[in-house]
Amino acid sequence: MTMQTIGRPTRPDTAAAPAADTAARGLMQSEPLIFELGGWSKTGVDLPDVGAGAADDLGDLVRAAPIGLPGLSEPETLRHYVRLSQKNHAIDLALYPLGSCTMKHNPRLNEKVARLPGFADIHPLQPQSSVQGAIELMDRLAHWLKTLTGMPAVALSPKAGAHGELCGLLAIRAAHEARGDVRSRVLVPTSAHGTNPATAAFAGYTVQEIAQTPDGRVDLADLEAKLGPDVAAIMVTNPNTCGLFERDVVEIARLTHAAGAYFYCDGANFNAIVGKVRPGDLGIDAMHINLHKTFSTPHGGGGPGAGPVVLSAALAPFAPEPWVVHDQNGYRLVEGREGPAAQASGRLCAFHGQMGMFVRAYAYMLSHGSDGLRQVAEDAVLNANYIKARLSDLMSAPFPDGPCMHEALFDDSWLEGTGVTTLDFAKAMIDEGFHPMTMYFPLVVRGAMLIEPTETESKAELDRFCDTLRGLARQALSARNDPEALQRFKAAPVAAPLRRLDETQAARKPRLKWTPPAAPLPLAAE
Amino acid sequence: MHFTKDHEWVELDGDVATVGITAYAAGQLGDVVFVEVPEIGKALKAGDGMAVVESVKAASDVYAPVSGEVVAANGDLPGTPEMVNQDPERGAWIARIKVADKSQVDALMDRPAYEAFLDTL
Amino acid sequence: MRYLPLTADDRAEMLGVIGVADIDALFVDTPASARLAGPVGLPRHQGELEVERELARLAARNRPAGAGPSFCGAGAYRHHVPASVDHIIQRSEFLTSYTPYQPEIAQGTLQVLFEFQTQVAALTGMDVANASMYDGSTACAEAVMMAARVTRRAKAVLSGGLHPHYAQTTHTLAQVAGVQTVRLAAKVDAEAEVIAAIDGETACVVVQTPNIFGQVTDVTAIAEAAHAAGALLIVVTTEAVSYGLLKSPGEMGADIAVAEGQSIGNGLNFGGPYVGLFAVRDRFVRQMPGRLCGETVDAEGKRGFVLTLSTREQHIRRDKATSNICTNSGLCALAFTIHMSLLGEAGLRQLALINHAKARRLKAALEGVEGVQVLTTRFFNELAVRLPMDAAEAVEIMAGNDILAGVPYSRLDPQAGLDDVLLLAVTETTQDGDIDLLARVLPKMLAGKKGIA
Repeated sequence: MTMQTIGRPTRPDTAAAPAADTAARGLMQSEPLIFELGGWSKTGVDLPDVGAGAADDLGDLVRAAPIGLPGLSEPETLRHYVRLSQKNHAIDLALYPLGSCTMKHNPRLNEKVARLPGFADIHPLQPQSSVQGAIELMDRLAHWLKTLTGMPAVALSPKAGAHGELCGLLAIRAAHEARGDVRSRVLVPTSAHGTNPATAAFAGYTVQEIAQTPDGRVDLADLEAKLGPDVAAIMVTNPNTCGLFERDVVEIARLTHAAGAYFYCDGANFNAIVGKVRPGDLGIDAMHINLHKTFSTPHGGGGPGAGPVVLSAALAPFAPEPWVVHDQNGYRLVEGREGPAAQASGRLCAFHGQMGMFVRAYAYMLSHGSDGLRQVAEDAVLNANYIKARLSDLMSAPFPDGPCMHEALFDDSWLEGTGVTTLDFAKAMIDEGFHPMTMYFPLVVRGAMLIEPTETESKAELDRFCDTLRGLARQALSARNDPEALQRFKAAPVAAPLRRLDETQAARKPRLKWTPPAAPLPLAAE
Repeated sequence: MHFTKDHEWVELDGDVATVGITAYAAGQLGDVVFVEVPEIGKALKAGDGMAVVESVKAASDVYAPVSGEVVAANGDLPGTPEMVNQDPERGAWIARIKVADKSQVDALMDRPAYEAFLDTL
Repeated sequence: MRYLPLTADDRAEMLGVIGVADIDALFVDTPASARLAGPVGLPRHQGELEVERELARLAARNRPAGAGPSFCGAGAYRHHVPASVDHIIQRSEFLTSYTPYQPEIAQGTLQVLFEFQTQVAALTGMDVANASMYDGSTACAEAVMMAARVTRRAKAVLSGGLHPHYAQTTHTLAQVAGVQTVRLAAKVDAEAEVIAAIDGETACVVVQTPNIFGQVTDVTAIAEAAHAAGALLIVVTTEAVSYGLLKSPGEMGADIAVAEGQSIGNGLNFGGPYVGLFAVRDRFVRQMPGRLCGETVDAEGKRGFVLTLSTREQHIRRDKATSNICTNSGLCALAFTIHMSLLGEAGLRQLALINHAKARRLKAALEGVEGVQVLTTRFFNELAVRLPMDAAEAVEIMAGNDILAGVPYSRLDPQAGLDDVLLLAVTETTQDGDIDLLARVLPKMLAGKKGIA
């Protein structure tokens, strides 16, 4: 026979491996900061020379001192940022169950069309005659948003959900002022997103909290008691942050309107009811829609978002400029307080809003259609209830009765006596390859764990997730009598790029930028 | 030393009250990472917010236990917030208030009363 | 439906596990009267091909700035973005991740934010920068709110050189917070007039350099005057590439520097998403809006990064927060950081010089056109000119000749009485031939117009 001996062992050596010599772990590279890596005269771009004296007309307006920015060649840049990217969890890697954040699949078609030069390479102040397609897209998007919400008007320019809240409250303020009605208070449930009270305060109102019933909804009696002639608006999230639909929403609207106030709805959770229920049929006056949640524009590690606000007929005249108008001459942006926008409540930002997000959201809407969007809500709610059903025998749900909407809420009472906290449990999930759920929010539930699977998870992935959590839950419960089990939770994560980070040190001695070490800089050879 | 139900302590010397937060409060807050002390000269009414003690995840208002004018603030605290955890009832005093009405101090709890109050929590 | 993984069998099985008969049982809390019986009156779902075709149809009805000569600036600039920038920001781990709430599995995003903050602090010459705002205009408005908090004063003086959209955005926010905005008359050398408007009630002075008319100003004297009156100086920049050549806000005494960062790493996108830069002096860190990333160590002592000083923010401080901002411009900040890393200091300076050289060429060309008066005297890459006709009308006529000739000032600020002022910007993407063409067509257009008149 011929003996082919070139090769390598095909079984791993069972002996314990020594730790790696460098800080790297296998494919996970240890990556310095660009300031420790780059060269001060190095660059990854090739630019033409402009000759001496190119800026001699500027005299002492020219900066004298160096800026302090290193550069890298293109291959080094790619490697640096690709290495960094691999230290991130992402929805493309696994379920990302952050309740209230709606991490769903981001279709790549939307990325492709947003990059068409006809959208990506048009200037916001080009003559409107040269951007008719862009304004038409804004008009179409507006039509879909209005139809899906049953509301007569929409302001497109807000740049994120919180900006949308501001937009809504400014319209509400303008509407009151137009009647000579001065109001000073805004009512917000305790379970609200922090942006709600922050926005109300930003818009010049004092904030008062509305109590919650034992079943996780707005306490109507408390609402009624707190409504009065000085209340400008209520801000209620629906479905709310406990993942529950406000059953009394119509009555909430009636009471609010009877007091002369407006009903602002935080629409962060619109994805649970899109195509099933229209906010306009519930008595809502204004609601922002996070395009980066319901309509799946990518979160990008913290933004950008987009927060168009749908408005009732009472508030429509007070939408901020610009307005999108369509008449026989085509599509037009009304950019000042004129014509139909004479009562506009003021500009919220430069230009016209997050066009890049509009394109993606519109492509998402067209892809799903009216039938698919309805299915989106149904599947999101189905998936959340499936998780709730599969975990409720081990983990405690604070509102066990009846279905939840798009997210399943658990508390930490089931962990009592184990020594394991919500934080420990969440960190242990990291070692199992999952991003933790939203923790300690909403504030009204102790040790909250808010799980939002979204509609873009398969049953197989949901089962993998539930099986993993069930296994962890059993271990957590065993920690009551098992110090080793407890240690597993306290030490977690151990398999992530880093272990738990010292947030106390970060806050006590803030280091918010890189500063050169006293020793000579470890610059790459130039 | 006297105490409030909001976990401030007060020590009166003449007509100047030194104010801080109790060891119990410091323990509940966890690692304190920042303290915002009041401006000297600020006039306070009992119950006014006079300082803010921050942990990583929370910011807690400290209320003036008595009315009066701030005559000194502990300038070391913003730079060494860990003092609140290490020495809450002495070194981590927050402010000194020139008291308008000393009877306000007498109306507060003494240590046994405060400890009994803590048992009810 | 291609984005929905559940099959009919899956759904049936899951409903069984939940213990309900049908999907409607899960929507039982919604008011029956408001429950829709079926899909709303909108088109049904479509395949990828059909959707792409429709979007392409809409895109084709727009004239891309790069399809021919374009001189539009005024707060948004068409620069060349290296291909690798867009490649990296489309990596799943960056594109499809959330705000880095779990730092152990978000070090990629966090380290980028730390690099971004360091770059922005260096560019602006300030001590600390945050992890981004929505855009330059909202950063400007937030800076004014912050100055009012810091100084406990309620008046903001806005230069007449401030981008009108920035002034309007600031006014919208300030008025409801009880902060008065005093906007000075719009003119090319507006920054020079700011000092006279500062008084003992002034919380802050907002100046822009290069300003909306392209004028560059050394604002050092304004900083001194503001500080003498107990006010803060906010310096706005809408063209971030100018940092490569001009004195930084920090060098000139700014207390808060805000900017539109779109020029670096980000395309025009018809106005958004962009990325707001926000930087301050050390002593104001705790009054800043927005997220901050800080360095720390993990349980094994390894360096790592976390979001920090969060007690300023809405999710903790609620109605006492420094701002209501939550989502910011993370991905645009990433693009900024990658592009900045590719440029490096040498590249940025070179890029800035090219931009300026193009503007000098533009100025020379416009000065040769009879009836056109160049108003800007000290400029970076943008000029204001006075035309012998209505600038908006001129822009429409030029667009008919496939030249995007710039932005009529009146579009931004119709009441200023500057209907004949045109704003023109150039960048490294402007070809010399574009400038030559403009210089050839402009006189013909003006002559034709005269003929019509």
